[in-house]
Amino acid sequence: MVNADDHPEGVPAHGFRWFLRGVRTAFSIPGLILVSTFIGFASLAKAAGFTLVETVFMTGAIWALPAKVVLVGAVQVGSSLPATTLAVALSSMRLMPMVVALIPEMRGPRTRRWVLYLLSHFIAVTSWVLAMERLRNIPRPMRTAWYAGLGGTLVVANMIVVGITYVAVDALPDWVSAALLLLTPIYFLTSLWGSARERATHVAMALGLILGPALHTILPGFDLLIAGIAGGALAFLFHKFGRRAA
Amino acid sequence: MTFDAIDSWWWPFLYILVAGWLATDGWRFLGVAFSGRISEQSDAIVMVRCIATALVAGVIGNLIVFPGGALAETSVLLRIGAAAAGFVCYLLARRRVIVGILVAEAILGAGLMLGG
Repeated sequence: MVNADDHPEGVPAHGFRWFLRGVRTAFSIPGLILVSTFIGFASLAKAAGFTLVETVFMTGAIWALPAKVVLVGAVQVGSSLPATTLAVALSSMRLMPMVVALIPEMRGPRTRRWVLYLLSHFIAVTSWVLAMERLRNIPRPMRTAWYAGLGGTLVVANMIVVGITYVAVDALPDWVSAALLLLTPIYFLTSLWGSARERATHVAMALGLILGPALHTILPGFDLLIAGIAGGALAFLFHKFGRRAA
Repeated sequence: MTFDAIDSWWWPFLYILVAGWLATDGWRFLGVAFSGRISEQSDAIVMVRCIATALVAGVIGNLIVFPGGALAETSVLLRIGAAAAGFVCYLLARRRVIVGILVAEAILGAGLMLGG
């Protein structure tokens, strides 16, 4: 086998091979778990009154599952466009530091900027965790090709899964639908905990879990914004205070 | 300006593009622009992570306590118990997500069989 690092002129051919390896990485345990969560999401969106096309469109356009679940929840309670945008934007702020951490790993010596902007669309929890774990074992000039294969496959496969589930979900017995609807929260509960970089994130998670439902009945429509801002600010204070005490 | 405010085929898609695509890819693009120029451990970034995590955790809490569809028919204690047990087993199994999911679903299933 030829080492890709020694032959930069052979990049197109090798690039395709690494793209296919990325495609294969999508068919892994984390990839399968993600598919099951999108099955849950399709039933969630349908229960909330979204059409088939809207649900599939949302999957491709937004991709990050927490953002979609926030959007669906906001639309369900009749939230206005600015309020929904704010809630989704706040819930998705975490994408920014994730991208900041991943891009230096992914960038090769000749990577063009627009390629990185394009690939950044695929960044969400699952592909981020996989990429942070495996990029180091991939030759640097091949990393964008590999990630395009992984991210592109995950997005397209889950758009198909969402479409099929949306159509099939009515035929399912109630207990299966209930089990599917439990998938999304339990997946987030565990994967969010696992992706935390510092203790403050765990504190923020615990506060949000309590504040969200507690505020839901008192301040419907604003529960998430307040849970996010108040819980996040308290967790951040813990971060600053804990650091000084240590 | 709600999701049903304008009765035309394009309005839901515009709503999704603004509130969904722009509100997510905006952050991704900023991340690309800032990469290499901002530290992952800076206070601003930690604060960003805290707020976003608390908000998503709020969503998780609501999905468990106030779910929709068929899950709404189950008892709230069963749902919280299933999620809590799944989470504890996830931690015990050295943070394997699949263990958490299987345990939570098994307890929900067992509860439904006993209750129904």
